[in-house]
This record gives sequence, C-alpha cells and structure tokens, in this order.
Amino acid sequence: MKSGPLAYALLAAGLLVLASTPLWADNYVVRTAAIVAMYGALATSWNFIGGFTGYPSFSTAAFFGLGCYVGAICQRAGVPMMLAWLVATLMVGAFACLLGAIILRLRGHYFAIGSIAVVEVCRLVVSSWSSLTGGGDGLNLPLLTWAPEQVMRFFLFVMLGILVLSLIATALVDRARLGFGLRCIHQNEDAAAMVGINTTLYKVAAYTLSAVFCAAAGAAYASWTGYIDPTESFQILMTVKVPVMAMLGGAGTLAGPFLGAAAFVLLEEVFWANFLDWNRAILGVVIVLLVFFLPGGLLSLARKAKAKAGSGGPA
Amino acid sequence: MKTSQTAEPILRLEGVSKTFGGLKALTDVSFALTPGEVVGLIGPNGAGKTTLVNVVTGNLPPSSGKILFEGKDVAAQKPYEAARRGLARTFQIVQPFPQMTVLENVTAGALFGGGAASVGDARDMARESLDFVGLAPLADRPAAQLALAARKRLELAKSLAMGPKVLMLDEVNAGLNSSEIDGALALIRKIAERGVTVLIIEHLMKVVLSLSKRLLVLHHGRLIADGPSAEIVADERVIEAYLGHKFAARLKERHHG
Repeated sequence: MKSGPLAYALLAAGLLVLASTPLWADNYVVRTAAIVAMYGALATSWNFIGGFTGYPSFSTAAFFGLGCYVGAICQRAGVPMMLAWLVATLMVGAFACLLGAIILRLRGHYFAIGSIAVVEVCRLVVSSWSSLTGGGDGLNLPLLTWAPEQVMRFFLFVMLGILVLSLIATALVDRARLGFGLRCIHQNEDAAAMVGINTTLYKVAAYTLSAVFCAAAGAAYASWTGYIDPTESFQILMTVKVPVMAMLGGAGTLAGPFLGAAAFVLLEEVFWANFLDWNRAILGVVIVLLVFFLPGGLLSLARKAKAKAGSGGPA
Repeated sequence: MKTSQTAEPILRLEGVSKTFGGLKALTDVSFALTPGEVVGLIGPNGAGKTTLVNVVTGNLPPSSGKILFEGKDVAAQKPYEAARRGLARTFQIVQPFPQMTVLENVTAGALFGGGAASVGDARDMARESLDFVGLAPLADRPAAQLALAARKRLELAKSLAMGPKVLMLDEVNAGLNSSEIDGALALIRKIAERGVTVLIIEHLMKVVLSLSKRLLVLHHGRLIADGPSAEIVADERVIEAYLGHKFAARLKERHHG
C-alpha cells in the first residue's frame, strides 16, 4: 500500500489549513480544527493495529481514557503539565504492551470483542476506585490562566503536534521491517510465521503504537477541558468512531486515517448544526453507505481516478 | 566436503510421537537426514506425513521425543524460529500473501527468514530466487492472480529466499499436470544441487523415485521402512500399506505363480 504524491499533498494541505485557522477564523473554527487534529491522531494510531496489521481493535477509548486519568492524577499531584502528558503516554504504552501480550492471542471477531471489553473494564475500575480517581464525581485539573483564544491556540498546536508525531511514526514504520511484517500478518498470519516473523512481538509492537498517541491525546484533552469523568473519558462511541474514520479515509495508508477523521468531524459538525434531532441517524446512514460503496476509503477514489486517467477511460 | 561433517546428521528425530486426544498421529518416529541428501517421505493418505512436517517446523509441539537440528534439540521451537534456523517448508495448500506482488512475497522470506540486513537487500535476494525458479517475468503481479503451478513455484522461491538448510516440500506436485510436474522436478533437482537437504513428501511414487535414492515410509503414524528406494518399493509391508492386505497377497501370488 504505497502512498502516492497525491496523498502527501492532501496531507500537507490538511495540516496547513488546520495550523493556519487562528489567522483567519473565529474560535469555533479553531476549536473544530483542534478536534480534527485530535481525532486525526487517534485514527492514525488505530491504523497501526487496525490498518497495517488487520486486527479490528476497539481499545482506542481505553487508551484515551487512561491517558486522561494518568495525566490528571499526575497534574493534581503537582507534576508539570507537559511532564504529566509524557508520564501518561509511557504508562499507557506499558499497559498496552502487557495487555497486548494477552488479548492478541485472540483473532478476528474474538479480538474485537476482547478489545471492546477492555474499554468497559477500564471504565468500571476507574469509576469504582474513588480514592484515586474521584469515582463518578470526576476530577478537576488546574486550569491554564491565559486568555481563552490563547488556550485554544495552544491546544490546537498540541493536538497538531501529537498528530504529526503519529504521522512520522507511521511513515517510519511503513518503510521499515516492522511495517512489512505487519502487512504480512494482515494477509496471512500463519504464512507470516513460516517466513520467520515473530508474529506475537510484531502484533504487540503495533498494539502499543496504537496506544501511545491516544494516551498523549487523552492527557492533553484532560488538561484542555479541565475536568474529566469516567463516562466522558471512556466512550464506547469514540472507540467505534475512530476505526470508522480510519476506514473512511483509507485504512493502512499514511494519509487516509487523518483525512477520514477530518471528513468525519466536519460531517458531524454539519449534521449536528442542521439536524439536531436526526444527526446520529443521518451519520449512521452515511457510515453504512460509505462502508458499502467505498470499502477502500476516500483515498481509493483518488487512486481510481488516477488509474482511469492513466488508461484513458474505463477498460 | 569433509567426511566427518557429512556423517553428522543435520536433522535427527528420536522417538517422536504426536497424539491428538486419543488419536495417535505419530508413534515413535526416528530417522536422520545427512546434509545434502534428497529423501522421499511416502505413505498413504492419513499416514501422518503432514503432521510430521508440522512437528518438525514447530507448528505443532511433539507429545514426546527429540528433534535435533544441527545437534541442538529444537522440539519446543516456534514456527518463526524454525524458519530463521534454516528449516523451511512449503505447504500442501499454498500460503501466499495474496494482495502482495510476487516479488514482495519472496522479499518477505528473504527479509525475515533469510536474515537480509534491509528491505532493499531482501529485494535483491528475492529477485535472485525468482530468477532461479523462473518466475522473474511475473515479479510484479499480485500473488492472488497466479495459476496453481506458478503459485507452487512462488512457494519454492519464498522458501529458497530464506536460505534454508533443510527444505521440506509438502506435496508440491499435487494438482499439477504431468508437464508441470516435470518442470517442478527439474527445479527440485536444481535446489538439491545447491546443497540443500530436501525432504519430499509425496504420495505419487513416480515423483519420489525419480528424485531420491532413499525413502522413508510412514503408515498409521509409524515409520515402517527406511532405506534405498529400490529395496523399499519391493518391500512387502510397503506394498501392503499402499494396496491393502488382500491386493498385496494377490500381487504376491501372481509374482510367484
């Protein structure tokens, strides 16, 4: 799955548009840009396990929520904000590594169910462990004392930073031995083992990569909103939305998950604003249509158009 | 070649058994392969031939017994470890990476099993083994598009790119027509000339006899014969295993009568 120059151009243009929003748009647009960047990072993370490796993971919200909580607890204990994000990233990465060694023994639907259970178990543990997490009351975080526009701009660039890091990691993995091995596992796991790939190790690496950027985004999100609670942090909806975004753009490609996230968030905003009662239903229909008629994602459209232009019309 | 080394077996099985619940798939199987040897493993359907390969390459753990590869007990190995050691195999039902190109398929073998330093090096090694098996013109085709005979060649190229010391070929000729079989046999001969120890699993006698001087015969999970091909095919137990008791007796009568 090679990413063509068109994908890189779209990617660069997308990042540029997001980064320039504070120069030409109001606070609502900047906020939306930050949300796009955040979901872009989550979808790009999911791509490691879901796109490259072909394991349908629904653990995103677990990593995001744990990131929120580890970051919040550290910050409340007096750890500086950025350091708290780093601690959250590393701890959740270690957690994913251990967890992956257990649940990656499952394949296909069983893995999907196992990974979604992780979200619920994490939510239950966090909401029951009141002495540490505040239980259902949630946790307050120290708020930044800057002007609202400044805070907005700051978190836009933080989310963009996490997104760019996840994209760089994707590009590196894509070119390396790891990416090749993961794609082999995707196509035929038994054959992958027979050519000498340590499949368990590779899958755990992919699962861990899929966790670290979610944890960083979660910790930053907690600092941004200033308040977290278990239901908000561990949303089943998020865990479903993120894979849909990645597939919408093109799973297994470099630019696809980010472009899918951008398209999805924008669609959501449009439906949310115009059809308050029906927005979820409309979104559902859109997802079903996309899955049926565009299984390769939006990027596959561009590829098809190019192939057509190259061969001078449909053969 | 030093004689002291050729005498040392590269692969040795000592009393290997494999049971699935109450079913004894392999019972007390022992044999040794010397480096560079081409040996045929025959036996009727269900004799345990594929199980034996699976046990040797770590796909199934043996229930008991020792598997010594270059003198080291490897009975507990994982399939990827077997591949990296130089114990390669092909599958009876071919196992390509369907959406990758032929070249990428073979590159995977060179990169992970053949110890290539980089993806680029692996690609060069892959080109070489595609040339060797005669698939170079199809290098950029998706593996899923290949016809059966070419897919079997792809399996061979992939195994070769892994730089195997022992290559186990599980019915590489099944499903091929006779001219395709002749091509495959020539290729296997070329592989053996490179010094690779080859174990050919087959139930087509013609194929095995034209390649190997030594035969192993498996029947109901037991090794019932091990020796020079000419002697084995005349062995009564082997004939009985293939034809059944009644026909073996009739055949014998005809020879005597």
